[in-house]
Amino acid sequence: MLLLECPYCGVKADETELTPGGEAHLKRFGPGSTDEAFEEYLFLRPNPKGVHFERWRHAHGCGKWFLAARDTATLEVFGTYTAQTTEPPEHIIDAIRAKRPDWSQA
Amino acid sequence: MSDLASALPGAEAQGLVTVREAGLVGMVTFRGDLSAPDTAAAIKAATGCDVPGQRAVVTEGEVSVAWMSPDELLVICPHDAATGMAAQISAQMGAAHHLALNVSDARAVFEVAGAGWRDVLAKVSPADLSREAFGPGEMRRTRLAQVAGAFWMTGEETVRVICFRSVARYVFDLLALSAKEGGAVGYH
Ligand SMILES: [Zn+2]
Repeated sequence: MLLLECPYCGVKADETELTPGGEAHLKRFGPGSTDEAFEEYLFLRPNPKGVHFERWRHAHGCGKWFLAARDTATLEVFGTYTAQTTEPPEHIIDAIRAKRPDWSQA
Repeated sequence: MSDLASALPGAEAQGLVTVREAGLVGMVTFRGDLSAPDTAAAIKAATGCDVPGQRAVVTEGEVSVAWMSPDELLVICPHDAATGMAAQISAQMGAAHHLALNVSDARAVFEVAGAGWRDVLAKVSPADLSREAFGPGEMRRTRLAQVAGAFWMTGEETVRVICFRSVARYVFDLLALSAKEGGAVGYH
């Protein structure tokens, strides 16, 4: 079972109270971009085994989108944070490095 | 004018706890900047309640105000007071960006009463219902089996459960089944 704390409510929400939104921190490529950039934005995901940044929506709760850093292999959660950011905040990076010294941000 | 009716008038089930439909309940949804002084003043003037903190429910007399999200409150009041309350909030807010709307008939309200209510709800919701995690003065929005719902305590052994009106029968049957004699789990 995966529990993620909603940063808006403070509720430790069960996975079934949430809606997954895929990879976080994507940069949107739309009209005017190359076909390759658009394809990558739309379809291509690294899908790493290990540290991953994700979007989740507290659907059965406050309804807000938030972001989470977790390990896709162990389900260990490093932290959750609000969606009003384009990159993971420092305290999340620190929490990951404390547990995964070898990890580096792609 | 047509007769007003709640979702399941008179519905009641006896078991480990009593589940009954609470009848007509007034509800006003408010959306806006909850940290703004204008908001605090308008909510206080219309409801008599302070703006609740994160997940809190504040009650003054017959009116409660619950925190639903960082920009949403739910006012719970007598059914015939809801329209006036929404209008009063809007009048007080003036030009400040907000929404105050009578949504009384959007939801169904159930009262679950009896010492075993924590186990009855825990069987149908992933919310942590231990005494340490959930107590008086808190609104918990969550999942009730397959649909969205929320509940808050109105006494040591009574809790009110709300859901959308379209799933009222589903939630009533779900609570009644969870409360059926022979289904006690004795966990909480
Ligand atoms: Zn939330």
